[in-house]
Amino acid sequence: MTSALEAHGLTKRYGRRGSPALADCAFRVPAGRVCALVGPNGAGKSTLLTLAAGLTRPTAGTVRVLGTDPATARDRIAHVAQDKPLYPQLTVADTLRMGAELNPGRWDAATADRIVAPLDRGARVRALSGGQRTRVALALALGKRPELLLLDEPMADLDPLARHQLMGTLMADAAERGTTIVMSSHVLGELEGACDHLLLVAGGRVRLGGDIDDVLAAHTLLTGPVGDLAPHTVVESRVTGRQLTALVRHDGPVDPTAWHARTPTLEDLLLAHLRSPEAPPLLTPSTSPGTDGTVAA
Amino acid sequence: MVEYRIDRRSGVATYLQIVQQTKQALRLGLLEPGDRLPTAREVVEATAINPNTVLKAYRELEREGLVEARRGLGTFVRRTLGSAPADSPLRGELADWAARARAAGLERDDVTALLASVLDQLYEGDDT
Repeated sequence: MTSALEAHGLTKRYGRRGSPALADCAFRVPAGRVCALVGPNGAGKSTLLTLAAGLTRPTAGTVRVLGTDPATARDRIAHVAQDKPLYPQLTVADTLRMGAELNPGRWDAATADRIVAPLDRGARVRALSGGQRTRVALALALGKRPELLLLDEPMADLDPLARHQLMGTLMADAAERGTTIVMSSHVLGELEGACDHLLLVAGGRVRLGGDIDDVLAAHTLLTGPVGDLAPHTVVESRVTGRQLTALVRHDGPVDPTAWHARTPTLEDLLLAHLRSPEAPPLLTPSTSPGTDGTVAA
Repeated sequence: MVEYRIDRRSGVATYLQIVQQTKQALRLGLLEPGDRLPTAREVVEATAINPNTVLKAYRELEREGLVEARRGLGTFVRRTLGSAPADSPLRGELADWAARARAAGLERDDVTALLASVLDQLYEGDDT
């Protein structure tokens, strides 16, 4: 399986002091996945996306996209930054014409037009609302027909209807052209259902990675009397009176007589990992980087 | 053509919702042999769910022999499900029985519970 995005020992430090924004990250996103990049504010999500887009250089380690380095792959990547940088004095129509001229041979005018359809094409970008600007930025990104689409908080400014519609447009593009999409958010609800792959980043490190079904299946939520949880790996446990609630990575079967066990929801899983920074990271095989010069996760 | 409605709070896996809604449409005669299911692209554009979820549901329906994928053409219904159209004699008998149950003083929930217990006994061990 080919990787759309692969990192080895990826580290980024802004300035000489303080802790790095990303520290020794190793992971991969297989081609064709729709990957949710989640984590709290300041986790390193935006840094990771700008490194993948080739807009900044890593302090140490490497990042490869579509089998090459980010600069070489530039034509095949689209990146939409969180602040949606656009030229404020251009009109919507001018902006799309710029997209067409900057991407000769690739530009998909029909897709771009469809995304900005609700907007007045003669309006200047500076007069648009945040959500309308998001539309223009997504039209530019999808019009480029990228193989890898990197979206930083793409849905934050959108009303629920526009969010559903644009997420539908993204999924249709993924279905039709097999586009790999990596999109970040700190609101899980935005991404659940649309994504099939997960990268949880916190404190500059990758804490969880893999196909969402695999990651969920590796964990069990247990409730029962206080007792020994060995041999399972405990991510988080809480005691209320005599009752114990724990999220574990099960090692072998769970004793059904001692515990009430159920599969956690994605939200259970993410919250437990964020509350327990000391829990060991987990990367499922599809997300572990290859053996060529691997740096351990 | 069916249109899928996805309820994210139902607790039922999304792909299963598609499987169940397809079967429901087959039972009610809304889908018939030869009909084409919507493409993955059409479903995800309307529902904003992941394309692989739709493909997983279609694979499950194919495994059960209900639909078949024809390369480059789409996914088509192979056979229908059940044989209880709305105007069958069985429905008439059931309606008579329900009227008698009501006349005997049973409430709606009593009737539902009674019917469920009979069905459980009758279809025990079947997985359909």
